[in-house]
Parts: sequence; structure tokens; C-alpha cells
Amino acid sequence: SFCICILYLCCANFFDEYQMEGVSPEDNEICLEVTPENLSRALKTVQTAKSVKVKLTKKHCPCLTIAAELPTLSSISRVVTHDVPVDVIPRRLWHEFKELNVPDFDVSIYLPPLKTMKNVVDRMKNLSNFLVIEANLNGEMNLKIETDLVSVTTHFKDLGNPPWGDDSSQDGGLSQSRDPDSMAEARVDVRRLQQFLMGQQVNPSKAMCNIVHQRILHLILLHEDVSLQYFIPAVA
Amino acid sequence: MHCVVTGGNVKVLAKAVHSLSRIGDDLYVEPQEDGLALRSVNSSRSAYACFLFAPLFFSRYSVPNDHTFRCKMAIKSVQAVFRSLATLEKTVEKCHIELDEQKDRLTFTLHCKHSLLKTHNLSFQDSESLQAVFDKDSCANIFRAQPRLLVDTVVHFPSSLEEVTVSVSDERMWVRNHVEEGAEQSRAMLTELCLASDEFDHFSVKNHNSITFCLKELRGLLVFAESTGLPVSMYFDEPGSPVVLSVTDSVLEGNFVLATLSEDPSLRKNNSKGAHTLPPPPPDDFMNDDIDSYLIAMDTSVAPGPSTAGPPTPPLADSTCSKQSAVATHRTRTHREEDEEAEEDETDDSDRPPNKKFRSLFFGLVLPPSSQISTQPVMSQEVLASDSENETQAE
Repeated sequence: SFCICILYLCCANFFDEYQMEGVSPEDNEICLEVTPENLSRALKTVQTAKSVKVKLTKKHCPCLTIAAELPTLSSISRVVTHDVPVDVIPRRLWHEFKELNVPDFDVSIYLPPLKTMKNVVDRMKNLSNFLVIEANLNGEMNLKIETDLVSVTTHFKDLGNPPWGDDSSQDGGLSQSRDPDSMAEARVDVRRLQQFLMGQQVNPSKAMCNIVHQRILHLILLHEDVSLQYFIPAVA
Repeated sequence: MHCVVTGGNVKVLAKAVHSLSRIGDDLYVEPQEDGLALRSVNSSRSAYACFLFAPLFFSRYSVPNDHTFRCKMAIKSVQAVFRSLATLEKTVEKCHIELDEQKDRLTFTLHCKHSLLKTHNLSFQDSESLQAVFDKDSCANIFRAQPRLLVDTVVHFPSSLEEVTVSVSDERMWVRNHVEEGAEQSRAMLTELCLASDEFDHFSVKNHNSITFCLKELRGLLVFAESTGLPVSMYFDEPGSPVVLSVTDSVLEGNFVLATLSEDPSLRKNNSKGAHTLPPPPPDDFMNDDIDSYLIAMDTSVAPGPSTAGPPTPPLADSTCSKQSAVATHRTRTHREEDEEAEEDETDDSDRPPNKKFRSLFFGLVLPPSSQISTQPVMSQEVLASDSENETQAE
């Protein structure tokens, strides 16, 4: 099962220093493809760093060079550099990577405390690989699993629904006429949900999800200058 | 033979065994006058490790005086005796190690709390002597650091990483992952860490150069060092000659000897901070790619005593069809080093044709101190340097 994950960083706020020159003044962007495992490994080792610098460099191939200053007892800093190879995506292929628009969803709801949700989902994973997440516009959400031997449902109430209102991407008519008690659901791979819930470690300021009934589960984490979105397709 | 280990030393012994298991599948046990030697070597003979526990490490240490006993056993069996370190610490008061020569068994008896006795009878095979030849104190580059420094260094590299390159200058040490030549090179992720000399307890460099060796095998030593808190010393000369890493205290000494890649003219310097590399040595016409540079002095003859009890089990298969691991294929010996070994060979074996069966990798340049060779039978043929002719014949 696949899943699309999008991370946005507001660079001006997130980084102490941010310099970038895109392909051209009109297309002031750069599009790079990188193996996430490499990047993750590089970043993992610099978690305790005093400072981290990320540069696009040309070594044996185009690289994202991550240079970190590590704390030491000596007078001289310990510097570790990771050269992570990247592929520069040519402009003509950018359209393939353009951001996804938020789909017309049926229900949008704030998630329960992520730590609680993670505990529930982790236990459900022991029973089944697939989980149904359903929610309505009354702030109610259920997480359900069903196997031959057992079915388990966890109910959450009073979660609140984000006020999307007259958002242009949202079919205003649909949400206004929707029965607030009517549940929209999506059956998804538990592991994808677990991966998303690992994000709870950053203590997001907001977490919500949008459900396109039996089609897509769209999860969003917001934290200061960062947003993380997961698009998980529903399975039958 | 009857040795008793008490208290916290049981855990130390256990950790040493686990540490050795990272090198090879067999544990070579040799009780010597100067202590109990536990050794291991990998199948391609490019890594060797030895822990020597002095008699004072034991609360009782009695070993046979009359003949030399040596054996080897599957290291997994010994690990099973010391499986859970946490349990060992909490419940085991003593560990008795006894030899039952008649039954070819080494018995490990754990005396635990509540008068519980756990007895493990491990059968062993006779073995040839396994000793690497090296002289670390004469190495050009010598370092010593707290284990934390090295552990914090290797954490930046993935556990799957095979080889690492260490480069040194007067004030700095660079550690980076080594990438094989070929297609992989252009897409490989490169990691480099720079350490300053004042992070070390001792930092002495006579040769500015780089060595490349297998990181995996080293991790076992680092785990041991970190848990015992002993500083780690590192000794090396130049590419091609082995790197020795050791931990010592008053009652034990652990040495890990790892072969290094010999000078590769295309050694890549991926940035301006890379260390200087020596000019490549003259090409070696005689050598087979997978012959390592240094020999372990192998006892090739039938040793008296234990060997007669059963068929000697020399690692013939290992030596002659030397397993071509990725690491082993790079160990090329240079002509120059060959000459050095011949000169420093004190037992004058260079005149004798080497025993082809046991020629495998050799690590050192000089003979071990006499205490190590005294236990070997007189008729041993120590192969320290073979000339090329014989090697090509053997291949």
C-alpha cells in the first residue's frame, strides 16, 4: 500500500539562515530527489549538534551536504559531514511533483490527543492490519477493527471540527447539507497510520484529519513553521 | 585445568566471549602460564582477536604444566553459557571452568544464588595454535581514547557499513566511510567525522597516512570497552599493515588485529581535508589478490597430546580455498612488506619452504614475545613470510 507524505517548512522562520537561488528568477525553485533513508540517517546522527548547515554541493555528484558541529569537551568542535547524493529534477518534470490540492472531503475533524491515539492504534495493530477510521461533523470519531474472532471499537467524543467554512476547495453546499451525525469512513493500513502518529513526538500544535468517504484519509500535523500531511488511500 | 572466576569478573568474561563472537564462529581456548587466552579469527583471516586473562583475574587458576592444551569450540555454545548478562550479574556468584580430557569436554559450572548450579558441558575439538604476530609498540601512529569517543564516532556510520577509512595528521583524525570502486561510487552517501587530537588521551603520529579496515569487526571491541570503561588504544603504521586495537587493565588484555587495505593508488580524497597518502609501493607481480599481508603463526605439525586424541582439525578448508569476502579480496601484499617480514623473522623460517596448508593471513612484522612462543611445540613451523614462488604453487 502506498501513501503520500508532504512536509512543508517555512524556511524563513525555521532556519537561522536561508539562502536559495532557484533555476531562474521566474522559477525560483529547486526540485531535488533524495533517498529518504540516507537523509534520515544523516539527520539522526546530528540530533545533538550545536548547529547544522545544509548545503547543496557538487561532490562526486550533486549532494545535500549536511555539516554538523557536535558538542565536545575539547576546545575544538567535532565536525561531521554527510554528503547525501541527490538527483536534480529538471524543470520539465516539475509538474509531476507539484503539490496536491486538498481533495473535497466529506468530514474534517480534529484528532484526539495523539499519544492516546497512538496507544490505541498500536494495540489494534496486534489484531489486524487494517483499521477503519470514521468521523462525523459532530466531533465524534471511531477507530474500528474487525476480524473473524473479534471486533474492537474505540470511541472519541467532543473532538471538534475545523471551521473550513467557505474554503474554495471545499464544496460548501455539501458540508452545509451534510447530516452532522453521518459518519464518513476510510479503511486504511494500520502501519501507515502508525507512521503518521510517530509525528506526535514533535508535540504538534494542531492535528486533524479529513476523510473522503471510502476514498482517502488525509492527516495533517501543524507545528510552528512546519506542516506534515499524509494522504493514505482507503482500501476495500 | 581448573579455573574459577568470581563476582563481577564473570560478566567481564562473558562480555569478552560476546565480543569475540563478532569476529569468528569458533572460540580458541588456550590456558597458558601467563593466563587464559581466548581467541577468535574470521573465515577470511583478516581479523583476529585475543583476550588474555591473567591468573590474577581468577580466584583460582591451575593449568596443566606438562603439555600444551589447546582447543576450539563453537562460540555460540559458549555464548549460551553466558547468555543473559543481566541475569549473570544478579545471580551468578562463581564460574568454574574445568577440563575433562577423557571426555573431550570443557565444563562451565555457574554457581548461582540459592545454591543453584548450572552445568554446561561443551565438547571441543583439538586445534592448532592461533596466534597473530604483531608488535604494537613499534607502530608509527599510536592513539588512546576513552571508549565514549569511539562509540560516538561509529554511531554516525550505519551498522551495515563494511569499511571505514581513518586518516591522520599531527593534530587531527578523520574517519570516513570507504566506498568501493565502481558504479556504486557515484550514488553512495559519504560521511566524514573529524576528531581533534585533544579529544584523545594520547595522540602520537609519525606517519601522515590513511588506513582502511572493516568497521564491523571493531564494534565488538567497542561494546566491551564501553561496558568496562577501559580506554581503547589504537596502533597502526601504514596501509597494508594491520591496525591493532586494544584494551588493557591489570588483569586482562584484549587485542583486536584487523587487516587493512594496502595502498591503493586510486584512493579517493573526497575533500581538501583528506590526509596525504603515501606514494604507491611498487606493483606486486607475484601476489594473488586474496592473500593477506601477514601470517598468523600457525602450528602446522601435529601437536603432542590433545591432537592425538582425535583427528587434527586444522582449518585447511579455510586457508586453501580462502573465502573471498569483499574484504579479503583487497588484501594485497606488497613486495616491500614481504621483504620487511623476511628480515624481521627471527626463527629463520624464511629458508624453509612454508607449509602450504596453513599459510593464511599474517598480521605482524615481528615475533611475539617469548612467553607466547614458549607454549608452542618445538617442531612447529612458523610461517611468517612465504616467497611468491611457493604461493603461486599453492594457489
